[in-house]
Amino acid sequence: MAEAAAVAGESLGGGRARAARTVLGQVVLPGEELLLPEQEDADGPGGAGEQPLRLNAGARSRVRVVCGPGLRRCGDRLLVTKCGRLRHKEPSSGSGGGVYWVDSQQKRYVPVKGDHVIGIVTAKSGDTFKVDVGGSEPASLSYLAFEGATKRNRPNVQVGDLIYGQFVVANKDMEPEMVCIDSCGRANGMGVIGQDGLLFKVTLGLIRKLLAPDCEILQEVGKLYPLEIVFGMNGRIWVKAKTIQQTLILANILEACEHMTTEQRKQIFSRLAES
Amino acid sequence: MKETPLSNCERRFLLRAIEEKKRLDGRQTYDYRNIRISFGTDYGCCIVELGKTRVLGQVSCELVSPKLNRATEGILFFNLELSQMAAPAFEPGRQSDLLVKLNRLLERCLRNSKCIDTESLCVVAGEKVWQIRVDLHLLNHDGNIIDAASIAAIVALCHFRRPDVSVQGDEVTLYAPEERDPVPLSIHHMPICVSFAFFQQGTYLLVDPHEREERVMDGLLVIAMNKHREICTLQSSGGIMLLKEQVLRCSKIAGVKVAEITELIQKALENDQKVRKEGGKFGFAESIANQRITAFKMEKAPVDTCDVEEKAEEIIAEAEPPAEVVSKPVLWTPGTAQIGEGVENSWGDPDDSEKEDDDEGGSDEAVIFDSIKMDTEIEVSNTGSQDAPIVLSDSEEEEMIILEPDKNPKKIRIQTINAKQEKAPSKRPVRKRKKKRAAN
Repeated sequence: MAEAAAVAGESLGGGRARAARTVLGQVVLPGEELLLPEQEDADGPGGAGEQPLRLNAGARSRVRVVCGPGLRRCGDRLLVTKCGRLRHKEPSSGSGGGVYWVDSQQKRYVPVKGDHVIGIVTAKSGDTFKVDVGGSEPASLSYLAFEGATKRNRPNVQVGDLIYGQFVVANKDMEPEMVCIDSCGRANGMGVIGQDGLLFKVTLGLIRKLLAPDCEILQEVGKLYPLEIVFGMNGRIWVKAKTIQQTLILANILEACEHMTTEQRKQIFSRLAES
Repeated sequence: MKETPLSNCERRFLLRAIEEKKRLDGRQTYDYRNIRISFGTDYGCCIVELGKTRVLGQVSCELVSPKLNRATEGILFFNLELSQMAAPAFEPGRQSDLLVKLNRLLERCLRNSKCIDTESLCVVAGEKVWQIRVDLHLLNHDGNIIDAASIAAIVALCHFRRPDVSVQGDEVTLYAPEERDPVPLSIHHMPICVSFAFFQQGTYLLVDPHEREERVMDGLLVIAMNKHREICTLQSSGGIMLLKEQVLRCSKIAGVKVAEITELIQKALENDQKVRKEGGKFGFAESIANQRITAFKMEKAPVDTCDVEEKAEEIIAEAEPPAEVVSKPVLWTPGTAQIGEGVENSWGDPDDSEKEDDDEGGSDEAVIFDSIKMDTEIEVSNTGSQDAPIVLSDSEEEEMIILEPDKNPKKIRIQTINAKQEKAPSKRPVRKRKKKRAAN
């Protein structure tokens, strides 16, 4: 811990670039510069193995590196644009590269292609719906983008309804577009969400935490009460249990999960299971 | 940015929950959210938190000429601002209906209830009065702005101190806080707004609605009251018909709530006063570190210093006296001698000293202490010591003691003494002359 603090302190003071490998899982700050280990470097193990990332370097030493959210390529430098923990995922083929991203805490959602989100229908205009997803502008949703919808057979969607869908177009400065079918034309769980249940907002970090494959929270919640739940990557959760009381308890628990350690959570869950 | 719309499902759920007497945050029908009051470093600055709703209050004052029809009264000015930071739906620089309504309500609550003695703000009748300005900024919006704002306004006013003034004839003197202690405003009572939200045409009632409850409510009743249960303002909006009993019941609830809040405010003010007297950091200024965003601070470890002196004495008493250093004196050249290893200068640049060592090697007399060398040096000193008196005779003031080698110590000492004696008489007359000059 002290070492990590010392490293962070040094970077803050000196403003020198740090090697990305050494700060994995540590906090990085906007404006920091990261160095990626260049593969097949001529310097070998003895020399300075780490040089600034050169995305346009010779084909010989080309390694595919993907900059995820919170990182930005600026010339041949790699800059941090968000505050959070640096994460890395090895590519399936192995041998260097992979995806780097910054796990940050924020509430503002920016549409990303392929994200599953919960939206609220705000208007019907012609053959599209306007859906509020929490981004800077509403997304558009064609009435044909539902399972089994044809020009004759319009889906029954009212203003104020909740929609669970997926982004197919999400570009900068452009209206994002949603659909409620997958590439095979199946609903696959998407569509209009039922009229009951509670919608509430949490931070984007919590959603990612809950949706992580190794997340225990959901299984523990499932043991408590039978429930229906939908997570939108835009920070919205829809939950429905048998009674209003149970729904409220679930919503409050999920919200509280963000700032609890595993032990605290287990304590609370066991106490709830008793009562 | 547009306001996030409320979905049908949220609306339905909220209404059903209210029917079951349940609220989203687990409160009871008549419960307030947690109220936190913190003060800034300056007088008249405070932040009031009502759950997640936050309002910053700042009071300032200015000497102005009074209004013509009220020549002996000070001026009160209230201004509430809804910044975009509070909620993205608030547009900057535009007077929305909500803002106008809130500002008007605040004015009625605080100015028209005459809670502040405006006549005490008069300095020279018809010429100079104090204008007190209360700026309120909404920092975060989670419903019930008016309650939080009214608490922030009255807390900031109670906390505020205006500079002292004195009038002598036509001359008005304004004193800096260092010269004279600033004076608090005279406040007669503390009106506080309490909001009641009505649902289903007045069937259900909630105190302190949060943002989503405000969105589904049918009507709102705001009662401003002080702790003496005097109603200062009462406003009903939303167009619902209220029965007499409902209003009476609300006023009773308001009385209880106002008493609680007033007590809280007074406690917060007392606390702040106490901390200020002790000279510590206070209020939210405490959370502002010394202009640093992040600090990797080491916690100061508490050290018990009460028995340090005794301990030190003990250690000194117990410790053995240092072994006597017997040094062999060395006379380098006639007139200079050395004890121990003091020749080498350890303060210089390490690199330089190393270089010197390399260059000069063992030839330099200063560096290497060989036994052989010692012997030769001693010989040198022996020879040199005979000439010593001549060199020494330079001045009387500089007391030079030559520490002699083992062989002939007495001789040298005698010689030096002789030298002094010889020199001394010759200098004395000169001194006398100097003294005479000084006398003249």
